[in-house]
Amino acid sequence: MNEGHVAPTVSSRVLRFEVATAPGRPDPKGDSVLAQARALGVGVESVRTARVYLIEPHSGGTRESLAGISSRLLADPVVETAREGISPTPADAVTIEVHPQPGVMDPTAQSVAEAIADLTGSAAHVSTGWRYDFRGVSAADAASFARRALANPVIHEIRERPFHPDALPTGHAYVLKITHVPIRDLDDTALTSLSRTAHLFLSLDEMKAIQTEFRRVGRDPTDIELETLAQTWSEHCVHKTLKSRIRYESPGTATDAIRWSGRPGHTVNADGTVTIENLLKSTVAAATFELIDEGIDWTLSVFKDNSGVIALDDTWAVCIKVETHNHPSAIEPYGGSATGVGGCIRDVIGTGLGAKPIANSDVFCVAYPDRWTEGAPREGVRALPKGTLHPRRILGDVVAGVRDYGNRMGIPTISGAVAFDDRYIGNPLVFCGCVGLLPRNRVKGAARAGDLIVALGGRTGRDGIHGATFSSAELTDSHADEFGHAVQIGNAIEEKRTLDAILRARDEHGEPLYHGLTDCGAGGFSSAVGEMGATLGAAVDLDRAPLKYDGLSYTEIWISEAQERIVLAVPAANLDSLRRICDEEGVELSVLGTFGTPGAELVLRYMGTEVGRLSMHFLHEGIPTPVRDASWSPSPAKGRAATPRPSTRDALLALLAHPDIASKHWIIRQYDHEVQGNTILKPLVGPGGIGPGDGSVIEPIPGSGRGIAISCGLQTPVGDPEIGGDPYQMALAAIDECVRNLVCVGVDPGRIAILDNFCWPSCQKPENLGSLVRAAEGCYDGAKAYGTPFVSGKDSLNNQFTTEDGRTVQIPPTLLITGMGIVPDLSCVCTCDAKRAGSEVVLIEPRASTHGLGASRYASMFGVGASDGEAEIPSVDLASGPETARLIAAMVRERLVRSAHDVSDGGLLVALSEMLIGTHGGDATLGLRIEASLGASHGFAFSEAPSRYVIEVEARQRARIDEMAAKAGARVVRIGTLDESGSITWPAAGLDVRVDDLARAWRGTLDW
Amino acid sequence: MPRALVIRAQGTNCDKELCRAFEIAGAEPSLRHLDALISDPSQIDEFDLIGFPGGFSYGDDIASGRIMAALVRERLYAPLRDAVLRGCPIIGICNGFQVLVQVGLLPGPLDGVWPTDRAPKQTCALTENAGARFIDRWVEIAPVPASRCVWTAGLDSVHADHADRPHGMRLPIAHGEGRFVTDSPATLERLENDGLVALRYATDVNGSENAIAGICDASGRVFGLMPHPERFLEWNRHPYFTRLDSRLRSQETLGRRIFQNAVAAASKASRPSGRPQMV
Repeated sequence: MNEGHVAPTVSSRVLRFEVATAPGRPDPKGDSVLAQARALGVGVESVRTARVYLIEPHSGGTRESLAGISSRLLADPVVETAREGISPTPADAVTIEVHPQPGVMDPTAQSVAEAIADLTGSAAHVSTGWRYDFRGVSAADAASFARRALANPVIHEIRERPFHPDALPTGHAYVLKITHVPIRDLDDTALTSLSRTAHLFLSLDEMKAIQTEFRRVGRDPTDIELETLAQTWSEHCVHKTLKSRIRYESPGTATDAIRWSGRPGHTVNADGTVTIENLLKSTVAAATFELIDEGIDWTLSVFKDNSGVIALDDTWAVCIKVETHNHPSAIEPYGGSATGVGGCIRDVIGTGLGAKPIANSDVFCVAYPDRWTEGAPREGVRALPKGTLHPRRILGDVVAGVRDYGNRMGIPTISGAVAFDDRYIGNPLVFCGCVGLLPRNRVKGAARAGDLIVALGGRTGRDGIHGATFSSAELTDSHADEFGHAVQIGNAIEEKRTLDAILRARDEHGEPLYHGLTDCGAGGFSSAVGEMGATLGAAVDLDRAPLKYDGLSYTEIWISEAQERIVLAVPAANLDSLRRICDEEGVELSVLGTFGTPGAELVLRYMGTEVGRLSMHFLHEGIPTPVRDASWSPSPAKGRAATPRPSTRDALLALLAHPDIASKHWIIRQYDHEVQGNTILKPLVGPGGIGPGDGSVIEPIPGSGRGIAISCGLQTPVGDPEIGGDPYQMALAAIDECVRNLVCVGVDPGRIAILDNFCWPSCQKPENLGSLVRAAEGCYDGAKAYGTPFVSGKDSLNNQFTTEDGRTVQIPPTLLITGMGIVPDLSCVCTCDAKRAGSEVVLIEPRASTHGLGASRYASMFGVGASDGEAEIPSVDLASGPETARLIAAMVRERLVRSAHDVSDGGLLVALSEMLIGTHGGDATLGLRIEASLGASHGFAFSEAPSRYVIEVEARQRARIDEMAAKAGARVVRIGTLDESGSITWPAAGLDVRVDDLARAWRGTLDW
Repeated sequence: MPRALVIRAQGTNCDKELCRAFEIAGAEPSLRHLDALISDPSQIDEFDLIGFPGGFSYGDDIASGRIMAALVRERLYAPLRDAVLRGCPIIGICNGFQVLVQVGLLPGPLDGVWPTDRAPKQTCALTENAGARFIDRWVEIAPVPASRCVWTAGLDSVHADHADRPHGMRLPIAHGEGRFVTDSPATLERLENDGLVALRYATDVNGSENAIAGICDASGRVFGLMPHPERFLEWNRHPYFTRLDSRLRSQETLGRRIFQNAVAAASKASRPSGRPQMV
């Protein structure tokens, strides 16, 4: 330990400490950075890392009071050494340091400052960074590598020498200056221009509605009023596209798979066009309300609250929400995904009168990592467009963000998926889901007039300004520069202690200490207070919000999306009790104002001066709803010139290695999927823990024997316009897949709630809005047919990226269906890993199943001829699909099956392979010999047709299985008998391959 | 009924399941916040068992368990030492183990003589996994038969009558900083020779010295481990329980046995010679 050594030249008030691994001890972080550098072709010989702490005493604190802090707090005496000041860079090395930009959340700094206060009683500003000493590389190359792999200039500063400032940055005092924006006399061009330059992202119609309102009021708006309207009217907050009136036009409405007449809220016009009033209400929500009318009585709160709520049992309810966080993740994937998780968790906490988060899910859509390069393009590998991050970095960082936030919150991340398509290159998709548990008598809450507006949790800073409007805009190559301020880093511990405080405030006093709560998400206080006070009005004193640093304007305070904040409506009499709990949990509480104003107005004040006054009615109902045009031109399924047909073996191995299908263990094992101790079926199954589970199951109330399962369906290729897909069929296929996954593990198909997440390219374009309409119609028909009500959802409708040269890359229309189902009896749960030699493996599918290869992974890799019908994209049959799902559920419930697996990505042979791979690591790896009578068609082997399952049954149960299937109109196809050969053989197709080889192919692709 | 104190702090997140483990094993759990104990350390004297749960105390910022360890070492060492001396079994799981090691409560003084004024010197550490990555998976556990640890007593013969025994000898790990290291070969040798190594991983999972998964102090009552026994209180938490033989599943899980051992030890310890009993 070199404590006490001070670099002689430094006279700074700031103490600098470096903490490094002790000499002779391994430095896993350094090794991992070295491996990263080598993977990127940077010729680094070695890397040593050190954590840097910059500590500046303030408010009477002195450097002396910090004596010994490095041994008391910063360094481990066994494995680390601490040094005060700057250690010299070795002669043959170069030093690079990475520090956060001023104002960027630095959770470690915050914890160190709090710990110093607790241990020494003195206050200090703290900032932290990392030092890297590289050998074998020039300073310029080291800095360039740091930019590519270790830092993001949006939030970090990369320094080419050790950083020891004289003082840490603090804010400057803010002087109130009220800004009025003269809009009453602007013409259309000027209104449009104002919308863009002020980052309002409102349409001309919307700008004109605001202009009209202020002409009526007789004054110009203040900046805060305009901002409030822009936040509230953003696509992100109000879903104006999905709620608008749509005129849908298609040449084929009469012969369409969609029957247009008789749909709720739809009018088929004389000219063949269809008018739809409020798309969301007429499709997704209509299905739910019709199902409720038809007798479903277990939904408790749908579409109203921050998440959807269903009954678990007579006492408990479970709620679920899935959010997207696409644009922030494009620019800063680590912070973007972490704050996406954090925001979704807060939605669950803010449901009803507060729910406890009990499970997370995550789904990512990114470009193929091996098809893009930051260097020179080559055959099959393109140059990365300016303004984008490499897909490998994006995937690595979004996984790390979910891991670090979810694990710290103590919420098991149990379910997920990753899908790949090069059109996600500039606009990746990040879906974060969260499930919560709450008592059934705490499902409903609302602010009352006179309640105090109370904010709990993190302080407000300049971070996250304009997140809601930014997410509603289109990404371009310059967004990282323009919207860096919308990007944030999360602080999970802030959210954890806020959660702990809220659950105590909910439960400890019999009745909750508050009447309602909601999270501060997009739009910050403006949205949270605006929503909670929508019918009551609210008066807010913005100067009362605790700030991270001085200098924020009243508008910045109001719209900051700083993380980890929750707003409660608290009766004044309960304030002291709430404050006591918050003090005990280390949570900051502030009273911002009062709900309820005469005339239900939103009144905003700063230091007693009124800075804004808006009618809540205009704020929530004043948005114009223009008719939007949607169009759809059906196109035949397009084949792609078939390459020479691969052998069955080559096709199977290549499909298992396809990133969509390949094992995601690299991701799953980084997530704690068992914290809280209630995870019954884990995401990876089988004796070696490597088989892919269909759905994960948890027991929310331990010992109750009743569970919930989570899974998802994602069938993007089925709706892909580029191959002649139909988003209507895509939605049906996704619901079918989601339901199949759930019934395979033991869910009651009569107790499945689903969620929609639409991620679309710009719906200003009629053809994109047309494909959105079709997907929504699929949601309606699918939910009705499967009896699976939608309980919540979210859309993100401007997912495209415009490159430097003006080319727009639209993402493929993407619909994620997430499902949560009740497992009535946990003793019946079933996994997909094959169990025992001697069992029969049978395929169960609707009798009318066809085996087209259209939209399959096989077709995307090897092509299919358009002529012979092989390119046909299979469709879901709305009668036999649900019937077959109920059949499988009944077999699982009656314990007739030893294992069950749905046939999805990759088709039948991939599903069978996965069942066998799942036996790997056990006493014996099982094998399977496929019946010769089955022919050798690649359609049969690799079709991704819906509603198909493979199950393992004891031979003596076959008769019962056949009888049940016959009643359900399903076909039972004997595939073969399990043996201990450790190989899968199919003589008719010339296939004979070791399961070891299958496992290697399947696990190799994403074994990062 | 023995009373079990479960200490939580900001960021602790395995506290509820640890309470449940004590409850199932026959103790009465009580969850207290670290700040409340620092304000009134005498509360610790009321308890017969103490648990430091897993999680990310204070975000695991700086390093895993570091801030909580600093607070415990500087504010609560004396009452915890007293608890050890009166024979109170103490467990630290995952983050709790990281805390106990940094406080100096594990392995504690190798001669069993606890310093009165300040915590014993830290001699072991749990640091970044080889591979620099968080890992969640179930691993096979090998209890050390010669260990003095009361928590793991007899575990080496658990399920001994059963052919599927190795399948039952598993616990989940979920950590990024679980690589157990000592300050010197001499310390490692003492731990091994004195029976302070309680559990090993059956195979290397994170680069720990001698594959050590858990250690105890000289009294055998203070125990820390990286795996999570509180996540294996029922067989249906086992990662492939649907494949397991029903006779194996009729036995108590490994997780339960660990807590039952401690509750039995606490019941014995607190009666004759422990703190004065209220009658």
